[in-house]
Amino acid sequence: MPGTDATHRAIDAVWRIESARLIAGLARIVRDVGLAEELAGDALVAALEQWPESGVPDNPGAWLMATAKHRAIDLIRRRATLERKYEQLGRMEERDQQPTEADLVAAIEDPIGDNRLALIFVACHPVLPTEGRVALTLRLIGALSTEEIARAFLVSNATVAQRIVRAKRTLAEAHVPIELPGAAELPERLSSVLEVVYLVFNEGYSTTAGEDWIRPALCEEALRLGRMLAALMPDQPEIHGLVALMAIQASRLRARVGPAGEPILLLDQDRSRWDRVLIRHGVEALDRAIHSGRMLGPYTLQASIAACHARARTPGDTDWEQIAALYDALAQLAPSPIVELNRAVAVSMAFGPAAGLELVDALLASGALNGYHLLQSVRGDLLLRLGRPDEARVELERAAFMTQNERERAMLLARAAGGAGESARS
Amino acid sequence: MRFMMLMYPQIEDDPESWGPDTESLQAMMKYNQSLSEAGVLLALDGLHAGAEGQRVAFSADGKATVTDGPFTEAKELVGGYWLVQVRSKDEAIEWAKRCPGRNCMVEVRQVQELEDFPPELQAVIDESPVSLGEHAGN
Repeated sequence: MPGTDATHRAIDAVWRIESARLIAGLARIVRDVGLAEELAGDALVAALEQWPESGVPDNPGAWLMATAKHRAIDLIRRRATLERKYEQLGRMEERDQQPTEADLVAAIEDPIGDNRLALIFVACHPVLPTEGRVALTLRLIGALSTEEIARAFLVSNATVAQRIVRAKRTLAEAHVPIELPGAAELPERLSSVLEVVYLVFNEGYSTTAGEDWIRPALCEEALRLGRMLAALMPDQPEIHGLVALMAIQASRLRARVGPAGEPILLLDQDRSRWDRVLIRHGVEALDRAIHSGRMLGPYTLQASIAACHARARTPGDTDWEQIAALYDALAQLAPSPIVELNRAVAVSMAFGPAAGLELVDALLASGALNGYHLLQSVRGDLLLRLGRPDEARVELERAAFMTQNERERAMLLARAAGGAGESARS
Repeated sequence: MRFMMLMYPQIEDDPESWGPDTESLQAMMKYNQSLSEAGVLLALDGLHAGAEGQRVAFSADGKATVTDGPFTEAKELVGGYWLVQVRSKDEAIEWAKRCPGRNCMVEVRQVQELEDFPPELQAVIDESPVSLGEHAGN
């Protein structure tokens, strides 16, 4: 039937829009994420059975919600009956207050998006391992199927299915309440949510040419999650900071790979290929983060650095002093050897290669980045700029030996053999 | 994929009847909020009435002629737009169907991306220092 295919695509679209709200509302009443997802899935199955015959209803979201609500209420009634029987047997004196039907209807309506927000916080709960958080978030909030998540993360369906099952079980066993975290808990819980979102983004961003389209689509998923969070919690500056960071990084997706699939470093990219819509979107989000008046968090600082590059019409216009200052702030707030290495690059661009080399040598002495090829690669570039080609060649060859990436190795060896080259991360 | 949803209000092209009333504005704000909370909204704008605008028409030899509004064929006037990032055309259509519109039309159009052009045109775009506008992400 020609109409069926169109109906199925329409159902897919409706599901994508509605499922998070549906599952979130149901989870509030049945107090179990796994059960909520099953009930929502039942409603989807009912739609798949009925809509090809009856046509897509005028308000498909309301239809799904009503169907799922009936099933939830049935379930609660059955439970209540069961409990009364237990009580008659004198077995159950103390039980949780079960909600009434009026509670159900109130809980499932979601005028301010609190349910969805609560669901995000539960899916990203620190009690779960990171991979469980990622899988559950993409499944429950992103409406991705197990197969899609598996393809996106280059693991088997069974692995993803198991991660999701385990995550749901862990949440149930730990009695994690399906509600927003209190003020005291909020900073830690929010940072767990943002970590998951950024991890999804980076998985998509690390895609190389020729891979399944669904991998780079993870960047879009992460941005969507970020924008959703920003709309639901507009007073959290770090959410806007993360949205800004992801949007500006994503703006370079088209420019950072050459025709043969070779990586193109930031300063060598064709800036006309940068996505202006995403840059504008990112800069707006960054403004909101900065104008919150609160101390800048690590995502906002990284977004500010990304924005410095986005604002420069040519590499020569880059405000390296500003970038070095931002890396100073980031190194104090969230110190890490990688931040320190990037700071060294920025300092070398702002104040000359000798100043950068000083920082790189300190890092080298600390041993924190032992075996990390970019340390050698940066050092090699700085030595080249200082007119010390023999030492530079040794470092670049060492870096080439250390990298796992064939294309990067070829680039490093070419630089070692050929001389001048600049360094910056894409 | 990016889509532009273009709103065509099917009303008289004069500044008085052009703007929304309180009730429809509230409904529209709620709709915009739902787009935003779903994480799909990239940009939106509303436009002044065509009566306050101009049309610049070009003849076959490229000569420009400026006409002042109002425009008689008001049904072809764009009243505003939403730029959304979604996973499929069906999702964009589904969002368009949710617009609290009365007496209007919402046109759903996909935004062109670099890959949508044939190679020779891509080369022309690449040579230009000005970007296409959207070298959009998927």
